[in-house]
Amino acid sequence: MVASTLTQTWQDLAGAALPSRRQEDWRFTDLAVLAAIEPRPWSGGDPLANLQLPAGVSRLTDSELAAVSGLTLARTSCEAHWPVRLNTQARTVQLGLRVTADDSPRALELQLDAGGQSQLLAVHLVLLLEAGASLQLSQRVSATGVSVASLVCEADLAADAHLDWGLVAQGQIDAVLLAHLAVVQAPGSTLNLSAVSHGWGLSRLEPRVLQAAGAAHTRLRGLQWVEDHQLADTHSLVRFEGPDGQLDQLHKTVAEGTGRSVFNGAVQVPQAAQRTGAAQLSRTLLLSDRARVDTKPELEIVADDVKCAHGATVSRLQQDELFYLQSRGIAAEQAARLLLAGYCQDVVRELPAAAAGWQPMAEQLLEP
Amino acid sequence: MIRPDAPVLLEVCDLRASVEDQPILHGVNLTIRAGEIHAVMGRNGSGKSTLSKVLAGHPAYTVTGGTVTYQGQNLLELEPELRARIGLFLGFQYPVEIPGVSNLEFLRVATNARRQQVGEAELDTFAFEDLVRERLAVVQMDPAFLDRSVNEGFSGGEKKRNEILQMALLEPVVAILDETDSGLDIDALRIVAAGVNQLASPDNATLLITHYQRLLDLITPDHVHVMAAGRILRSGGPELAHELERTGYDWVDQELALVEVG
Repeated sequence: MVASTLTQTWQDLAGAALPSRRQEDWRFTDLAVLAAIEPRPWSGGDPLANLQLPAGVSRLTDSELAAVSGLTLARTSCEAHWPVRLNTQARTVQLGLRVTADDSPRALELQLDAGGQSQLLAVHLVLLLEAGASLQLSQRVSATGVSVASLVCEADLAADAHLDWGLVAQGQIDAVLLAHLAVVQAPGSTLNLSAVSHGWGLSRLEPRVLQAAGAAHTRLRGLQWVEDHQLADTHSLVRFEGPDGQLDQLHKTVAEGTGRSVFNGAVQVPQAAQRTGAAQLSRTLLLSDRARVDTKPELEIVADDVKCAHGATVSRLQQDELFYLQSRGIAAEQAARLLLAGYCQDVVRELPAAAAGWQPMAEQLLEP
Repeated sequence: MIRPDAPVLLEVCDLRASVEDQPILHGVNLTIRAGEIHAVMGRNGSGKSTLSKVLAGHPAYTVTGGTVTYQGQNLLELEPELRARIGLFLGFQYPVEIPGVSNLEFLRVATNARRQQVGEAELDTFAFEDLVRERLAVVQMDPAFLDRSVNEGFSGGEKKRNEILQMALLEPVVAILDETDSGLDIDALRIVAAGVNQLASPDNATLLITHYQRLLDLITPDHVHVMAAGRILRSGGPELAHELERTGYDWVDQELALVEVG
């Protein structure tokens, strides 16, 4: 390993100062864990060396990639976001893939480990799903110690394309995850995005979806679990730029100890997006008096003929549920674990098969 | 079945309990022997459901006096899960829905907790499936309910059948069924009652809590108790239930007034 002798700052690397909590988007998100890490460039091997592409999935050429890189970020208005700038400036590796239509869906696994050597692993992924193409993408990001994982994914879904996307982010108390998942959907396309994150000192996930002409299906599932000294933040945006679009979003949080959780769910329904149907639900399970949760729906609805619903709940484990299990001989602690596992199932069961096989949160949800 | 020499399974003496500092039970006395079926009747608010919850160990209820002895042990000092493992079963009036927890998994964990307590080997997934399929017959339940979340989206009748299925799997020594008949149509009531009758044996006992005679037409009790104002006011044989059906509860008020004065 070759350690950099130059001391760089995050500002040097991203070409912009770290966001501060005076900015509305970062109001509840303390970047102390990130600021405490002295950034070093990636010196490990090619993180994608073991990538195996199934039939129907091919790499974009360098010139093809250069032509499309950043387009989806721009269309979802996040190219200037600090985590995206960091990824662009300090990119370790870039991968562009094209998925062609076929009778059977393609399954792709992508595993990234940021290690524990205080390094920055910055990966940029560009996916082009052609008309009618179907892909099951199982993506894992992990860390073993002090590290920063920066992930920027761009997916372009042509008409009738179908993307089942599972992200399992299993971190470590000294590690930071910064991820932007930007998707542009053509009419008739379907996006099922399920993200499960746990264990990071700091994680910030930003799913950003644009239904470019409406009439697409977007299904978002999120689960974040925070324990002592962890902060998990999901900022999602779904924008409809045409009529008849559908959104079904469920975001779940479990907050233990001194864990902190942030959810901000923006849904934009401009005048052109008539007959949009959008439902967003944020549910939080607080397991401690010291945990803190900030959850905020952010619906901007201009169109008048729409069905938009949102809700947010914060609760504790229900005494009646616990007692019911106990009255069947199940010990209180095991009963609580069963209830938690049940709570997480809504999201975990939607992961594509390979991602589910990674058993996210297995430690928390050990088989009783 | 009354056998004066049968062992006492549950002995409740002068039991007093409150919820949120509100006294509900004012000295309940009850002795249940092996092989017996008891029915506790009474109006809403008489303390019937409180009695069942206190016996099962619900944390919202505080015992303020009296004793409960279960097979020679002080029941009140045991956690609810331990009470269940040593053979006390409460069939809930309103079985709780638990989203995301598979009914099959729940039944297996519960059954194994009980088996472990009585020194039997735990059942793996396959062995348990064989057992549960056999016990489903007791309540004529569709196996499809095993794959759903615990009680989630079940009709009232399905929930009560699921309770009796749990009873069939846990093979309790004393089963307390809290208004198992409420919300059941006549067919479901027959199935549930047949299940309870099938599970009754000379070695166990059943305590039925109910408002209505119609359950007692299907399950004949050995003893009937009438509860009012947090105590058992009168006990008798099955004829007491018939008398209640005929005369209603008005006499209870008069008798209660006498007790209060006395």
